[in-house]
Amino acid sequence: MTKRTEISVTVNGVAKSTEVDSRMLLVHFLRDEQGLTGTHIGCDTSQCGACTVLLNGEAVKSCTVLAVQADGGEITTVEGLGDMQNLHPIQQGFWEKHGLQCGFCTSGVMMASVGLLQQNPDPTEAEIREALEGVICRCTGYQFIVSAVQHAAKLLAESGSNAVDQGTVQVGEGS
Amino acid sequence: MIPSAFEYVRAASVEEAIRLLQESNGEGKLLAGGHSLVPLMKFRLTTPGKLVDISRISELRGVRKEGNRLVVGALTTHSQLASDPLVREHIPVLADAARQIGDLQVRNRGTVGGNIAHADPAADLPGVALALDALVELHGEDGQEVVEIDGFFLGPLITALPETSLVTSVSFAVPPEGTKSVYLKYPHPASGYAVVGVCAVAGTDPDGVVNYVRIGMNGVADVAYRATAAEQALLGQRATAENIREAAALAAEDGEIGSDLFASEEYRRHLSAVYTERALSQILL
Amino acid sequence: MAGLVGARIKRKEDPRLITGNGNFTDDIKLPGMLHAAFLRSPYAHARIKRIDVSEALKLPGVKAVFTGADIAKKMKAVPAMWFVTGADLKPKPRSPLAVDKVLYAGEAVAVAVAEDRYTARDALDLIVVEYEELPAVVGQEAAMQEGAPLVHEDVPNNLALVWKAGEIPDEVFEQAEVVVRQRLYNQRVIPNPMETRAAVAQYNPGSGEMTIWCTTQNPHIHRMVYSEVLGIPESKLRIIAPDVGGGFGAKIATYTEEAVVGCVARELKQPVKWAEERSEHFKATTHARDEVIEIELAGTRDGIMTALRVKNTANLGAYLSTFGAGCPTIDFGLMVTGAYTIPRAAVVTYGVYTNTTPTDAYRGAGKPEATFQIERAVDLFAREIGMDPVEVRRKNMVQKEAFPFSNPMGCVYDSGDYHLTLDKALEMIDYQALRQEQEELRKQGRYIGIGVSTYVELCGFGPSKVAGAIGFQGGVWENSTVRVHPSGKVNVYTGTSPHGQGTETAFSQVVAEKLGIPMEDVEIIHGDTQSISMGWGTYGSRTTAVGGAAVAIATDRVIEKAKKIAAHELEVAEEDLEFSEGIFQVAGVPGQARTFQEMAKSANFAWNLPEGMEPSLEAQSFFDPSNFVYPFGAHICVVEVDGSTGQVELKRYVAVDDVGRVINPMLAEGQVHGGVAQGVGQALWEGAVYGENGQLLSGTFMDYTMPKARFFPTIETAFTETPSPVNPLGAKGIGETGTTAAPPAVANAVMDALRPFGIKDLDMPLTPEKVWKAMRNGGSGE
Repeated sequence: MTKRTEISVTVNGVAKSTEVDSRMLLVHFLRDEQGLTGTHIGCDTSQCGACTVLLNGEAVKSCTVLAVQADGGEITTVEGLGDMQNLHPIQQGFWEKHGLQCGFCTSGVMMASVGLLQQNPDPTEAEIREALEGVICRCTGYQFIVSAVQHAAKLLAESGSNAVDQGTVQVGEGS
Repeated sequence: MIPSAFEYVRAASVEEAIRLLQESNGEGKLLAGGHSLVPLMKFRLTTPGKLVDISRISELRGVRKEGNRLVVGALTTHSQLASDPLVREHIPVLADAARQIGDLQVRNRGTVGGNIAHADPAADLPGVALALDALVELHGEDGQEVVEIDGFFLGPLITALPETSLVTSVSFAVPPEGTKSVYLKYPHPASGYAVVGVCAVAGTDPDGVVNYVRIGMNGVADVAYRATAAEQALLGQRATAENIREAAALAAEDGEIGSDLFASEEYRRHLSAVYTERALSQILL
Repeated sequence: MAGLVGARIKRKEDPRLITGNGNFTDDIKLPGMLHAAFLRSPYAHARIKRIDVSEALKLPGVKAVFTGADIAKKMKAVPAMWFVTGADLKPKPRSPLAVDKVLYAGEAVAVAVAEDRYTARDALDLIVVEYEELPAVVGQEAAMQEGAPLVHEDVPNNLALVWKAGEIPDEVFEQAEVVVRQRLYNQRVIPNPMETRAAVAQYNPGSGEMTIWCTTQNPHIHRMVYSEVLGIPESKLRIIAPDVGGGFGAKIATYTEEAVVGCVARELKQPVKWAEERSEHFKATTHARDEVIEIELAGTRDGIMTALRVKNTANLGAYLSTFGAGCPTIDFGLMVTGAYTIPRAAVVTYGVYTNTTPTDAYRGAGKPEATFQIERAVDLFAREIGMDPVEVRRKNMVQKEAFPFSNPMGCVYDSGDYHLTLDKALEMIDYQALRQEQEELRKQGRYIGIGVSTYVELCGFGPSKVAGAIGFQGGVWENSTVRVHPSGKVNVYTGTSPHGQGTETAFSQVVAEKLGIPMEDVEIIHGDTQSISMGWGTYGSRTTAVGGAAVAIATDRVIEKAKKIAAHELEVAEEDLEFSEGIFQVAGVPGQARTFQEMAKSANFAWNLPEGMEPSLEAQSFFDPSNFVYPFGAHICVVEVDGSTGQVELKRYVAVDDVGRVINPMLAEGQVHGGVAQGVGQALWEGAVYGENGQLLSGTFMDYTMPKARFFPTIETAFTETPSPVNPLGAKGIGETGTTAAPPAVANAVMDALRPFGIKDLDMPLTPEKVWKAMRNGGSGE
């Protein structure tokens, strides 16, 4: 009986093939195996969204996805969104508008917001608050998160680009 | 939270999935989006020895129209359901209900088949499926079978689905011409599950007499149910505020109303009536 | 650089956090690191009959399993840190892991250490513990009853402490024109920072040095306590708080698990990591509040409050947590009269042991409870005499001419203009128009409520001599070193330990403005006991008022020395030099100047210093304030209650706060938003619920409602600035205003909305069913 499984995934543009414990959660694969500790774990009931990453361009909770389920997929974590030389509009929004305090939930909230902007590039405040249903932030009271997402939407509109494509890093840059 | 160890196998076809389930001697569970199963596994509330991943069986994905029904592949995600053009055109209430499931991330992974097969009484689709006369297509050892949704849900997390079968699609009836539909939900503030969810489909004849009504309820009882007492009370009556209120007061009659930390049985009964009244008023007044 | 203090400046902390380069404790990976998992009691009260770890030890990858008895031989018990003076305190020693008995569900009984976290988790399932369940007691009032199960066998009536302050004879109330009596419940809440607790420990068997990275708000207190507990001298124990994902008081306590991780790392001679799971956190990390508060408020028919008597019965949980005894006594009791000139006050607090998770500080710690009872009391009093609650507040609030003002408990409010914040809030919300709208809507069967809370809180812990007088086992001064490198770049060391507040930004603003250098030239160092000699951490809104003051003073000392060098080099008297924008300029002589950077080089090279001056440019300040600081403000909330379901919708929220001088308005607003969200959370949704047998029923985010984005309208904020005379920055404290002001503002609003139903009071959280039942029953929530 095999309890390990071979998987091939592309993480932040870098192709990886490796064998994992079949029960390994995607979030542990990213954090413990790939060293991508920007993605966090905040709960164990799929509520808080701190672990949100993009899987094939869609925001998902990586604590509720097995690494084996991501086999063949493309994963973008916060590390793949942008770096200081080339911040993604959502990162710019969070910085500019004080969308974070302790920063623990932030990666997940940003990834969920990218997921929202992908589906709805020009959300209203109510739509943003609705879309944040899958994340919990204990610090900000959400107000400046809303401002940050609005700011990012504006930047994206100005640049004429799409939230997810903005985040695809070049092969070899993933760390 | 870490699941206990299991063997992972992937099915390339429905037939293979059934065979793999058979081989697991009751130890196997199907894995699609995993958004019902993985959380339970993390708490070790379920410890399957084998997971049969069916998520790559591509024919189980997508929506098609067959006659006056929309057939939704079991692997269709909630977000796909919410944005599907056929669904939005023919059964907008289904898209609207799908948009209210869980949250954005959950909708991207959770599947229609998984939702129905898991039979969580507080999930949103069961009540909607009941109001839309859904049919569940199953595949098992003895081949294909189509069962009516009414009777499919047997209890909390219990369905009529045989152990070695899988849900391959769920079809929803396009509501009759002249009817309107709505899904109204009061989400639990923490979990997002329905404390009460009412899906109502109803219409009147030219004289304003109700000639069609379906009410599906989830959240309030240990199993999703059709509020037939309320339906019967309204059918053949004029759609007035008073008649609606009287009918809605019967919304809890057909369910074993449950209780939890957030809402007692008494309060859930009350909410059933209030939300049913609001739902019916919205489409009939 | 001029114009930094008071400016909206983007945070220095953010680049690392928004790019995923933060370094939280669970992110740390050391070579050879093992993983620990704790086995916890499923019972709230039970005798441990037997523990068998043999099967767990057979699991491949498991390195060791230690029971409570094993650990007890290797380290000491973790003590509480606040022995409240005069409270007849009965602290009970707590063994690191339970040995004979468990006293609450979730108490750790064993620890498994394995090569990876999955194996460590699997090992827990293989440990066999035989328990004999004992009767449990959950509520504090039940626990005080004769015959209640005893949490600690030698503590009669489970009474851990009795604290009294002030006395008012019954005649005062018997003779008063009006007396309002009410039992209020400030329910148990769970702080729930988004990062749970975690620790990584590394021990060097050769040198005997240990490093523990952990999720703490106060690494130096942890060093002091764990040094004693582990038997490692403070000189060899290094505590590091890396990025910490929120605390809200829950990361003040010196818990046992982090010390146990150190203990097993020493034992196994390998680094060990433990990261708490959320469902573990719910039970193992401190809860807060849980105080039954009975008030008697006397006053006159024309709206003057004359005396307040309060009894607080507080649930301390199964053990006395680090600051647990101080919250319902000192922190609560000294502030019961709030922002008002009530001349007489008396408080008695009973602290009670129960079979529940220990309680400790949560954002505000005692002050939110004090504010809740007085703000609710004011509204009840106003209703009783038929006066607008705003009018009652105006009549009783301390006038601005009266500062410094001594309250009846001896607190000296430093400065304030309470009427100003109230007027501003009323104007922002358009109070009169709202009252009219409320009347009109009531006629239509819609229930709008307006709630006001005019708070003052005691912040900026604090004068150390006061800490000593109240039994706090430490000082509360703060420490900063400002170290200038030869290039003129600056490291600033602070003993405060931020975990989301934006302290790196705010302190950089202060230092860069003073030195006239770019903010990028300033790095704030915190959270490491090796680089920072001593400090008392971040809690009680003390960071800016005490820690920031130390930073400012040390920076001034650096300028003072640099000026001496500049005067020496320019061959002028110090008095002839002006220092502005980083340049020491000889007054009236253009071209005769030295830059701060030049002086940094001169000081460090020491080629030509004034006679007798030592080299280098570095200064330290140990700032012990003369008083606490007292931020204040007025919050007004508008709710609508759904008459058919009892659901409460938050329609508007206005917060006008005066926190003294505001260093960075953007950060200040962020603090208000977050605090208000938590305060509204307590009022409407949050609540830890135990079953009768001591099981925590609200033990996950599925059951315990954390505030979410869609619950809130835009929170409208404004500040007035009344500087504090207590510190050189004039700063007060911003961190706890929201959790202090919001619960009564919301509760008052809901009770105002429910006035047509004759409802005067309901316990928080004001959940829909409770409100609906009260409306139906016309008065009572049950």
